[in-house]
Amino acid sequence: MELQALKQKARAVRRDIITMTAKAGAGHPGGSLSCTDALVALYFEVMNVNPENEKDPNRDRFVLSKGHAAPALYGTLCERGYFGPEEFDKFRQLHGILQGHPDIKKCPGVDASTGSLGQGISIAVGMALGAKHTGNPCHVYTVIGDGESQEGLVWEASMAAAHYKLDNLTVILDHNGMQIDGTNDEVMSLGDIKAKALAFGYDVIEVEDGNDMQQVLDALKAPACPGKPRYILLNTLKGKGVSFMEGQVGWHGKAPNAEQAAQALKELEG
Amino acid sequence: MEKKAVRVAYGEALVKLGEKNDKVVVLDADLAAATMTNAFKKAYPDRFYDCGIAEANMVDMAAGMSTMGLIPFCSTFAVFAGRNYDQIRNGVCYPKFNVKFGFSHAGITLGEDGGSHQAIEDLALMRVLPGMTVFVPSDANECYQCVDAAAKIDGPVYIRTARLASPVYDPRPFTVGKGTVIKDGKDCVIFTCGIMLEHTLEAVDLLSQQGIDAALVSFHTLKPFDEELAREYTAKCKKVFTVEEHSIIGGLGDTVASAVIGHGVEKFMKIGINDVFGQSGKPADLLIEYGLTGTQIADKIKNNL
Ligand SMILES: Cc1ncc(C[n+]2csc(CCOP(=O)(O)OP(=O)(O)O)c2C)c(N)n1
Ligand SMILES: [Mg+2]
Repeated sequence: MELQALKQKARAVRRDIITMTAKAGAGHPGGSLSCTDALVALYFEVMNVNPENEKDPNRDRFVLSKGHAAPALYGTLCERGYFGPEEFDKFRQLHGILQGHPDIKKCPGVDASTGSLGQGISIAVGMALGAKHTGNPCHVYTVIGDGESQEGLVWEASMAAAHYKLDNLTVILDHNGMQIDGTNDEVMSLGDIKAKALAFGYDVIEVEDGNDMQQVLDALKAPACPGKPRYILLNTLKGKGVSFMEGQVGWHGKAPNAEQAAQALKELEG
Repeated sequence: MEKKAVRVAYGEALVKLGEKNDKVVVLDADLAAATMTNAFKKAYPDRFYDCGIAEANMVDMAAGMSTMGLIPFCSTFAVFAGRNYDQIRNGVCYPKFNVKFGFSHAGITLGEDGGSHQAIEDLALMRVLPGMTVFVPSDANECYQCVDAAAKIDGPVYIRTARLASPVYDPRPFTVGKGTVIKDGKDCVIFTCGIMLEHTLEAVDLLSQQGIDAALVSFHTLKPFDEELAREYTAKCKKVFTVEEHSIIGGLGDTVASAVIGHGVEKFMKIGINDVFGQSGKPADLLIEYGLTGTQIADKIKNNL
């Protein structure tokens, strides 16, 4: 897909995020908006997936380890044709397929049930290991949060990924610098996260602007490094695309009201 | 009637406790704004430790801190009681360390976040640990009492709190390990715990309008359990119903069952989450979906008398 078209898709997904969180009166816009460009790049340009044959055993897999960013995944899956926008009305509502956190039993296109931070990356490592074991040619992608990276499990999984030489795995860090109770540095500093990823045996690519579609694409399309799992460090902005949400901790888990949603949708036109 | 979430009372109680006892420290795992420990963080910033999103480390750090004479209160969502269960078991309970767990957002009334976040198993997990005291306050006033009592107990204590605002009743006398008779009755007895008190009270009213005189007993302590009171009311009413916002496996229902078996039970029915996970929805819609409204409880009781 053309760069301009991808950028347009990203704007559409951002509008979906606003629409569904506003309608539900709940959800996590901040961390959804920061990883939108990566998800759009993956589903429209990088991953080998097909909504017409969504259970194809050889399809590439995606695990949203930071499961609270479900609105970004739902928007992307909808734009890609896995289900219709009418589902947005039932986001976080009783009997909806769009649960508060991605549910593999309910939502088409979802490869793992997540929401308990730290577990998704570990499941992704298992998928990549299982793919190697069975000779499945798929590649496994996972998006993790920086706050999430405080979980020990993230590093247990990373150690295993390097140990088993999982070059069919790409871990994408949505480094927006924030979590719930404040910035990473206020809550629990991550230190030099890039050096840590390198020390754990990843082939690391740092992307200066993780919300720039071209830069994200270049990193995702870089040839694999044989024998090493890949780690893409995306420097992102929490709330990206909505002026009053950008860089604001308070928009982690709060939905916009009708007026705020209208303003946000206006900013995201086109 | 005034409403207040039990978790809000937990935050307030910690602040009061911190004023009286400078050994009290509070640990949280990036959820201070939700578990309400941010009230303590504001009042005593030098006695508050954010552990980041690392629940397992939080619990064992608390274990270590308790060996220095501190009284750590750890908080996160109740669903993560599974995340740090080995730390609670082997790090805290096995050596009988003085660590408290104030875990919030328990049960389906957590609402929209959905099944991945709705703890329906935490009481079962905690109840089975030797030496653990298990509190399930039914309202804000009982939560203040539970927090105070927890600080006085030398050993691990679990306090389960809810997200949803619920009625605040007049304070009742409180003794650790004792149940509370909310209403006397003769046709059947309802045993409940936590914020299901509101819905069982409604059920009792509805039943009485239909000529059924139900007794209602609430337990703020699940362990040690007031077996005596459970047996007394079982012997008296013979037909026993338990109501909880927890799996019917391993929670209040099973606690009551093992206490009253052989004590004149004629009918026994557990009302709770029937061995399924929850889902997203508004708390009010979820209570209906899982059959836990006053009307539904009353109907189940009437149809099974
Ligand atoms: C194991 C676990 N602990 C706590 C939470 C509650 N929680 C949800 S989102 C969040 C903050 C996540 O921060 P980060 O990973 O940086 O996400 P982002 O900034 O990308 O939204 C927390 C603590 C959780 N979902 N899982
Ligand atoms: Mg973050």
